[in-house]
Amino acid sequence: MNVHEYQAKELLAKFGVGIPAGIAALTVEEAVAAAKQLPGPLYVVKAQIHAGGRGKGKFKELPADAKGGVRLAKSIEEVEAFAKEMLGNTLVTVQTGEAGKQVNRLYITDGVDIAKEYYLSMVVDRASSRVAMIVSTEGGMDIEEVAHSTPEKIATITIDPAEGFMPHHGRAVGYALKLTGDLNKQAGKIAEQLYNAFVALDCDMLEINPLVETKDGNLLVLDTKMSFDSNSLYRHPDVMALRDETEEDPAEIEASKYDLAYIKLDGNIGCMVNGAGLAMATMDIIKLNGEFPANFLDVGGGATTEKVTAAFKIILKDPAVKGILVNIFGGIMKCDIIADGIVAAAKEVNLSVPLVVRLEGTNVQQGKDILANSGLPIVPANDLGDAARKIVAEVRKVA
Amino acid sequence: MSILVDKNTKVITQGMTGKTGSFHTQAALDYGTQMVGGVTPGKGGTSHIGLPQFDTVAEAKAVTGATASCVYVPPSGCADAILEAIDAEMELIVAITEGVPVLDMVKVKRALSGSKSRLIGPNCPGVLTPNQCKIGIMPGSIFKEGSVGVVSRSGTLTYEAVFQTSAIGLGQTTAVGIGGDPVNGTNFIDVLELFLADEATKSIIMIGEIGGDAEEQAAQFLIDEAKRGRKKPMAGFIAGRTAPPGRRMGHAGAIVSGGKGDAESKIAAMEAAGIKVSASPSLLGETLAEVLKG
Repeated sequence: MNVHEYQAKELLAKFGVGIPAGIAALTVEEAVAAAKQLPGPLYVVKAQIHAGGRGKGKFKELPADAKGGVRLAKSIEEVEAFAKEMLGNTLVTVQTGEAGKQVNRLYITDGVDIAKEYYLSMVVDRASSRVAMIVSTEGGMDIEEVAHSTPEKIATITIDPAEGFMPHHGRAVGYALKLTGDLNKQAGKIAEQLYNAFVALDCDMLEINPLVETKDGNLLVLDTKMSFDSNSLYRHPDVMALRDETEEDPAEIEASKYDLAYIKLDGNIGCMVNGAGLAMATMDIIKLNGEFPANFLDVGGGATTEKVTAAFKIILKDPAVKGILVNIFGGIMKCDIIADGIVAAAKEVNLSVPLVVRLEGTNVQQGKDILANSGLPIVPANDLGDAARKIVAEVRKVA
Repeated sequence: MSILVDKNTKVITQGMTGKTGSFHTQAALDYGTQMVGGVTPGKGGTSHIGLPQFDTVAEAKAVTGATASCVYVPPSGCADAILEAIDAEMELIVAITEGVPVLDMVKVKRALSGSKSRLIGPNCPGVLTPNQCKIGIMPGSIFKEGSVGVVSRSGTLTYEAVFQTSAIGLGQTTAVGIGGDPVNGTNFIDVLELFLADEATKSIIMIGEIGGDAEEQAAQFLIDEAKRGRKKPMAGFIAGRTAPPGRRMGHAGAIVSGGKGDAESKIAAMEAAGIKVSASPSLLGETLAEVLKG
């Protein structure tokens, strides 16, 4: 799960992390009121969407030479003018795709005199099975580009969970950023605060880019991206409350209510599969046969008839779907339960597209019998290859 | 021969009295596994589906002589259950539970280093040696005693490999599902090492998926082992060629990010290590048969 920049900064501030003063605003009036509470004379008006590249982004509704989603305002009147231009309009950045994202929230912050920019992020590193800090003197840049062209400018420091964050980790961060004296100490302190936040909040990724050194000698988090481990959200109701559903795909939200993993894709064959690996493999084999999947959908283990019914409805809501492939290899899931769900859902939604079903595993014969006796036009398949060929043939028949 | 488990392996279930634990413990008993008890705190001294229940893993181990534990404890208590099994020096711990917080697994992984335990999973289908021992949720009916070692990050794709190698008559020595989480107990290399050392295992199927670099590391391990003269015929598959970057495909570990972990680089690494990578998940068995024909 992702949160907005202002939400991430408010969370970090609770751990003592230094951030520029700022207030979130949902309306132009709120933006003006926010600016009046800040010291000025410089303000930054920042569009709040769940995507990076906002500063260089363009608003669809504004002229091409209009400014992007992060703007420096020199007066409260300018804050007002910027807020009017940004709120309700669609910001297109390198990360939003062509459709862009509507800006519904702004963050008005104090302007900061920047001396230098740095980079600091944390992730759970698979290779070491630890939290890793990635730091670089090259702040404000695309870090993947830095990693590619000048890998020597990136340092990685992992933290043993048994010892936790130690002073030597902090010093290592400071030296990696080529900081000495008080700034080195500040870097160590902010790294420790960020680590504490990362662990306490069960983050998945925490990126500070840039971390800035101000002209008066302080380190501040100027921009941040924060995402959370979805498996841990149950123990963080405060983080859950920050979820902004307008930033997410409605079909994916609907799916998550039924504990289904659904991701919309661009093809025309809907897929319902048990297991993430098999779901990906099913998508792959559809492509191998010359068509493209309309979605990824993992019904998971122990799915009920209700869950399968919901999965069906979600797939069928996508108008691009010209046929559906159900591929179930029963382990936890029994094929007869899947078959019941398919029949119930197909009847409920008056299934109008071809349906190919491949079942294998526990209770496979009962499952096949339920499908055969349903009176529905279901094309049975014997294995995954057979299923893919059949659904591709069915879809092409329709087209 | 087989790896990890055989007919002599005595197994307990942690979290046995729940619906999932009960169902799959019964299925393991029906398969012929030596299930010897269960651990459910507060239910020590009682019996469930004919098996004695214990309050702690240490007590269950002392009384039954179990060397393996299968964990069905829900995500919020799963890491604690695994850590208890590590403390009790259980040799093999198989965690089926899906949805364990990743930072909990970071702690578990630390506790495993230097311990006497090996962890398989979490978020995995388990381990099965045909006609001898079934730990976890794999459907026993598709297995056949034979010569192929199967190792996979994906549960249901493990079943595909097993089903297809049974269909062509090769059968399996042991199948191991290592799980789809970013931080897990056992990785490809550990299992490949066991298969290379196992005389009964004549060939290996390895199934990976997008995300991380475990497949690339395993490929390098195989190249190094081949230089030392240890090599077995292998077929493989990588799921997720069609997955768009930046989107997590169900498994917490299945994501292509920052240009890393995509299917093509994994396939290239595996091919370089002499693994014949099947383009289609439905041709795993056939692909292996071709490799064996030479």
